[in-house]
Parts: sequence; C-alpha cells; structure tokens
Amino acid sequence: MSAFKRFVGPRAPAAADEKQQVAFRLPNILLGVAAVLLLVSMFLPYWKMTLHAPQYPSGLSVEVFVNRMTGDVAEIDGLNHYIGMRPLGEAAQLERAVSMVAVAFLVLLVLAAVYVHSPWAALLALPAILWPFIFIADMYYWMRHFGLNLDPTAPLSSSIKPFVPPILGSGMVGQFETVATFQIGLWLAFLAVGLIVAGLYYQRRAYKPLAA
Amino acid sequence: MKLTRTPNRPFLFLTVLLLLALVAVLAVACQNQAEQNAQPEIAGATEDINAIAEARGLTPADIAAAVKTYTPSGMHDEYYEFASGGQSGQVYVIGLPSMRILKQIAVFTPEPWQGFGYGERGTLAVLAQGGETVYGEPLTWADTHHPALSETDGDYDGDFLFINDKANARVAVIDLRDFEVKQIVKNPITLSDHGGTFVTPDTDYIVEGGQYAMPLGFGYSSIENYEADYRGMITFWKFDRAAGRIDVAQSFAIELPPYWQDLCDSGKGPSEGWIFCNSLNTEMATGGVELGNPPFESGASQRDMDYLHVFDLEKAKAVYAAGNFDLINEFPVISLETATAEGLLHFVPEPKSPHGVDVTPDGEFMVVAGKLDPHVTIFSFDKLQAAIAAGTSETDTFGVPVLDFDAVMEAQVELGLGPLHTQFDDKGYAYTSLFLDSAVARWSLGGSADELNEDPPWTLVTKTPVQYNIGHLSTAEGDTVNPDGKYLVAMNKWAVDRFLPVGPLLPQNFQLLDISGTGTDMPVIYDMALPDGEPHYAQIIKADKIEAWEVYPEVGWDPHTQAVNPDAPLQGEERIEREGNEVHVYMTAIRSHFTPERVEIKKGDHVVWHITNVERALDATHGFTIPSYNIHVSIEPGETVSFEFDALDDGVFSYYCTEFCSALHLEMMGYMLVSPEE
Repeated sequence: MSAFKRFVGPRAPAAADEKQQVAFRLPNILLGVAAVLLLVSMFLPYWKMTLHAPQYPSGLSVEVFVNRMTGDVAEIDGLNHYIGMRPLGEAAQLERAVSMVAVAFLVLLVLAAVYVHSPWAALLALPAILWPFIFIADMYYWMRHFGLNLDPTAPLSSSIKPFVPPILGSGMVGQFETVATFQIGLWLAFLAVGLIVAGLYYQRRAYKPLAA
Repeated sequence: MKLTRTPNRPFLFLTVLLLLALVAVLAVACQNQAEQNAQPEIAGATEDINAIAEARGLTPADIAAAVKTYTPSGMHDEYYEFASGGQSGQVYVIGLPSMRILKQIAVFTPEPWQGFGYGERGTLAVLAQGGETVYGEPLTWADTHHPALSETDGDYDGDFLFINDKANARVAVIDLRDFEVKQIVKNPITLSDHGGTFVTPDTDYIVEGGQYAMPLGFGYSSIENYEADYRGMITFWKFDRAAGRIDVAQSFAIELPPYWQDLCDSGKGPSEGWIFCNSLNTEMATGGVELGNPPFESGASQRDMDYLHVFDLEKAKAVYAAGNFDLINEFPVISLETATAEGLLHFVPEPKSPHGVDVTPDGEFMVVAGKLDPHVTIFSFDKLQAAIAAGTSETDTFGVPVLDFDAVMEAQVELGLGPLHTQFDDKGYAYTSLFLDSAVARWSLGGSADELNEDPPWTLVTKTPVQYNIGHLSTAEGDTVNPDGKYLVAMNKWAVDRFLPVGPLLPQNFQLLDISGTGTDMPVIYDMALPDGEPHYAQIIKADKIEAWEVYPEVGWDPHTQAVNPDAPLQGEERIEREGNEVHVYMTAIRSHFTPERVEIKKGDHVVWHITNVERALDATHGFTIPSYNIHVSIEPGETVSFEFDALDDGVFSYYCTEFCSALHLEMMGYMLVSPEE
C-alpha cells in the first residue's frame, strides 16, 4: 500500500446495503455541515461587550467579528482615553488581517478530512477544532494586554488601576458595568467543533473495519 | 454487529443536541416571563392620594387633570407644539400634554446658547439675509406671529417649519431635522406682514399676506395721498423642498388696495388652489387723532362690512408665468389692475374687522371670526364658485369685483363676544377663541362633517372659560385635512392672577384643554407660564411625524448647507495655517480637550477659526468662547462651525468649552497668545 493510500485510507465499498450507506455518508454530512457553519461564522459576530452607565441609557457596545469590530467603537475609545487605554483598533491587527484567509483554510482542511478516511483526518480537522479556543485565547491575550498596559499619565490613572476585563460575564470599570457575551459566530464555531468530533468518530467507526 | 448498530446512534446524538437547544430556548423564555411577572402591580393607595389632594386643596377634577398631563421621567410627549415667540423673535417647541418647553429655536434674534449670531459665520449669514436696520446693521429683532408646518396632501409632514416677522415683513425657514433656521427672506416691497405664514396643501407656496398699507417699494408719499399711493400686498413665496429653501426667483406678489390685510388661509381639498385673506380698514382711515380725526381704532371700524379677499392662485401663477407683472425693487408684482382684469381676485363682504379666516378640514367652508361681531360667518366654497361664475357688477373703489354676501354665506353661528380664530377636531366640531368672553367655544360644523357628531349643524355646543383674553387657539393638527382632536391649547394674552407675581410684566398663559370628549365636556387641564414674548399662533403635530437627528449625520457637518464641509478639521488633521496676516485655525473638540490647545498669533492678524466636534454620542455638545471678542458658539456632535475676528489687542486669552461636557470639562480649555510684534 502506497503512503498516499495509507494517508487517504480505504474507500467506501460500492455495494453496501442501505444501512451501511448511511454509516458511510453520515461522517461526510457532519463534517460538511461543520465546514458550512465555520464558513458562515466568518460573517457573524463572535463576541460582544456592552457597557452600561447612567448617562448611556441604551448602553454602548462593541461587536467583534473575526476580522473587524462594529458598534460604538469611537465612543468607547473616547471614554477609554480617560483611563489611558489604547484605541481598540490597535488590538489584534495581524489576526484581523489574516483571519478571513485563515478560517477559509480551516474550512478547506475540514472538507479535505471528508475524503481522508484514515486517522490523519483528525489531524486535518484539528485546527478547526482548536479554532474557537484560539479565538478566545487571543481575545483574552489582547484584553489582558490592553487592560494591564494603561497609560500612567492618563487623567483617571490614579482612580482606575490596571485591570483585566472579563471575557465572559460582567465586571465594573468606573461607573460602567461591562457585560461580555459570546455571540452567534462563536457558538456556530463551537457547534462545528462538536460536529467535527462526531464526524471523526463516526468516520472511524465506518472505515476502521475496512482498513483492518 | 457493531456496524449495523451504529446508524441509529447519530440520530440519537442529534436529538440530544436539539433537546439541549430547546431547553436553552425555554430557559431564556421563562426567564423573560419571570421578569415580566416580577413587575409590581400599580398600587391603589387611594387614601394616600386623597390625603395629598386634601392637603393641597385639590378637587377630583384637578386630580384627573394631573393624571392626564403628568409625564413621568423618560416618557415622551405625544405631540410637539410649535409656538411663535412673539417679541422674542424665536419659536418655542413645547411637548403636549406635559406642556414642557423642549427648545427655543433661534430664528430672527441672536441666541447665545445655540451660538446663533455670536460670531459663527453661518448663523451671521442667515441673520444678514434678514436685511439691515436704517443704520446698516443686521436686523436682530422680530415680532414672530404665525408658524406653519410644511404639508403634503394637506397634512403636516414634519419636514419644515415657517414663520413670519410682522414687524419687518420677513419669513424664515426652519429645518426640522436639526431644529435650526436655514433661511430668512425679507419682503422686497413692503415693511409689514400679518397674514403669514400659511402653506398651500403641498407646500408649493408659502403665503405672506401684508398688514399696514404703505407705498410699495419703501418710497415716501404723503398720507394725504393714501388712496392713490398706499397699497397692500400678498406675496407667494415658492418653496423648493429639495433645497429646503424659498426660491425667491420663482416668487411673486400681488398688489392690493390699501386695506389692511389680516390673516389668511389656504384652500384644501375642493378649494385647493385658492387663498383667502381677511381685511380691515376698508374705510381707508388715515388716523390723526391728534388733529381731531377719529383714531384708527374707530376710523377703521365704521363700515358694517370689510372684504374677504379671494385669490385664484392657479390664475395668479399663470399670469406670473406669462410675465404679466411689474417689477418693484426687482421683485415681480402683479398689479391690482392686472389682478382685476385677469379675474384672479374677488372680494366677499364679511362682518366688519374680522380676524381669522380658517378653512374647514373638508375644504368646503371658510370660517370667518367676527372680532367685533358675536358670530362666526361661514362661507361656502361651492357658493363662492357659483357667485364668481355668475359674475357681479359691483366693485370696490379700485374696481375689484365684490360678490353678494348672501349668495356666498352658508351660515352664521352666534358664539359670544370677540371671536378671533377657529380650529377643528376629528368629531365634526370647530373651536373658536372668544377674546372678550375669555372663553373657548365648541360648535358643530355642517356639510360633510355634520354626521360626525349628534349635534345639529352650525350650533354652539359649549363654552369653557379660559384665563384670560385668549388670542389664538390651536388644536392637534387642527388646520389640516385630518385633525386629531384630543388637545387644544388656548394662547391667553393675560395671566393676571394665575401665577406668582413677578412684577408688572406678566408671563403669557398657555392653557391646555382636553377636547377628547363631546358636548359640554371640555376641561382646562394645565396652565403653563410662557415668560418670553407674547406668542401668537401655534401648530401641534403628532410627535412621530418628526424625524429629528440625534447627532449630525457625519463628522464635519455644516448645518447651513446640510452637507459635510470639505474644509472641516478632522481628528489628526488639526493645524494652524498662516498666509500673510491671515491665520486659519483648524481645531477639533472631543471630551475633554481641544486640539490645538495653544494658538499663537500676532497682533493685527485676521483669524479664521474652524472647530469640528468629532463626538458621535447623543448630547455630547461642546461650546466655545474667546473672552473679550463676544464670540460664543455651540458645536453639536458632528458639527463644524467657523468664526473670524481681528486680533486687535495683544495679550493672553483663555478659550474654553462652555458646555459642561464631562468630568474634565474645566480642563477643556486652551490659550490664545497674541504677541505684540506685528
């Protein structure tokens, strides 16, 4: 058996009965749906922070997509300058620049795993499985970096000490209550992870006996 | 065996996923439900309310009035009322039913809070459009009378507001996106107006009727030549809705006899295209009480009848389009002779010295209030058309055809003493102010409105006393084709004993009446002191028709062009440029600093200063002043303002933000350093 054949693993037998056909198709469907969810998630918000204060009755919010931020960014930047926080646009510039291509690549790898019926499929799908966790870790890194590196000459530096804003849940900064929530894009990415894991599991179930 | 068992499992897996999702949705839904259920019930607390009422001496009617008008924090009013500011030269914006003043719109008179006329170039340019005093200075005083909301199909559309200045015959245009005045036009042929502003049903024209006759074109003629040389007028200002401006080049006037034209109204529905104006002093009294002549007040009140002026606007437009006009001060004026010959002007006798003429919502009738006659006289538009078609041989002194009163009159309703102005509701009632009786009369209309209530047509239903000397009244959308009823504001000239004494000059008293009932149910439910000029007319519009901007649409906005100023200073582009002795300062403002904070110039420099408020937050307005220069501007979020001055004195001048914008507002300042070297 060539190395390539070992890598792609066995093909589904042509004359399987209906139950077997389902067993072979199921992992493809799960992985395919996961790829679509990941693709769709690129155009949806992943994370949102809402700030509540008495003088902003409808709140201020920023929504983070994989490649951009929307919402009251300018207003939040304007407020942040009082505590010496750098403008949000300066965070994760590299990540935002490459993210669309990177996620698209993850999607292609997941689709490739549909055709690879060996344990290598897991390796191909691994980046997509890690993706939402990488996103959260990167968010946390930047939140921590921005929160802990406040300009010590800022007007309110004596009253607002460096802090790490919560990545999920609520916190207080000055008169602002901050509420951070995961958004639909991130949930879709998590759902994709679940589908990928399930897909890989059923793929092994279907093909392992053939390889033996 | 394993192989055959597995296909069932994935569906189990998906089912579990779906179930989990369902549980999550249910949990969220139940939480919302729980929050709604957690709202406390409205407490009865009847005894407490009674105790409070007793302690304050309030009657059950007072409590009902309070409940009808009290507007708790955060609740918005149902209507905007736009009231003229009288001698203040401004317009007031009042919320109904709370009767809270929401804004004073600077129109003809400098107003420091809005930075109107205190150095800002755009506002100075608007004021300059309004003409000059005899000393060559901008006119900064006005007697605002009659606001008119723009209309589409005879209904308020909430886009623009117009208002006239009786003292100097001017009309202003206010944009209701930012509630700021955009244009002032000064009548080019005469000095006094009263019958304005009234719009045609699609706001194609803004009507400005005159008041005191004088030689047109501002010339001199002895009062002995009154009949020969003095003239009245009506001006039709063409409104360009897309530009948001009056198009003076498409506007024209009609010369009228030297009667004193009074209030006007536009026809609507079947009477669209016709304009009606009252008149007084058809006696052509010229006063001179000091010479032993009858004073104007009696000289102008001798005849039993004055003339309702009826204009065929479509014919007038055609005559104007055909170039059949004279130029007075380069402004096209259709002569009285042409107006008569072309049949675009007719007179209908009306009981002497009436005040308001108001067209009913269905456009079928013109209601003329008697002022010196206890009746309102209702003319029928159909009968008017028939009378015009039949023709008449009778004319006034100037050859204007005078139709037969009885042929045009539909009904007269005796209301009481001093009827002035009439508005309408949605239930077939008309409401007329009675100045001498100090009351509001409710009476039933005839014609198509007759079936809307059970009262017989053309009948007085009830009167509610008001305090005191009511002038205009205004009902919700009450002069449109589709009145709302519900509220009526009595604009009382005298307050007398209604408020705490504040010296000999008393505030006006705006009284809110609940007219949602029928029959005799028409109580006063609020008294509002308005201590800033004597408003005349007001219009009331449903709040949801106005789409006011929260902040200017883009940063660098020039409200005077309603577009981005290409030279607006933006963040990161702040600078000071010098060209010879002219210095341009490009500044931005954001909480809590100006950039730059040091402006170093030389004595003798001419300084042009531009500031952009780069804020996007609702209410994040900054002010700006330079002491000793009488400069003050208001810079609303997104707005760019400009002002200029000559730095005549050397020294150090601290400029600062005048609007408490933030916790570090006091620190929002800078130094203008004017060095003595020239």
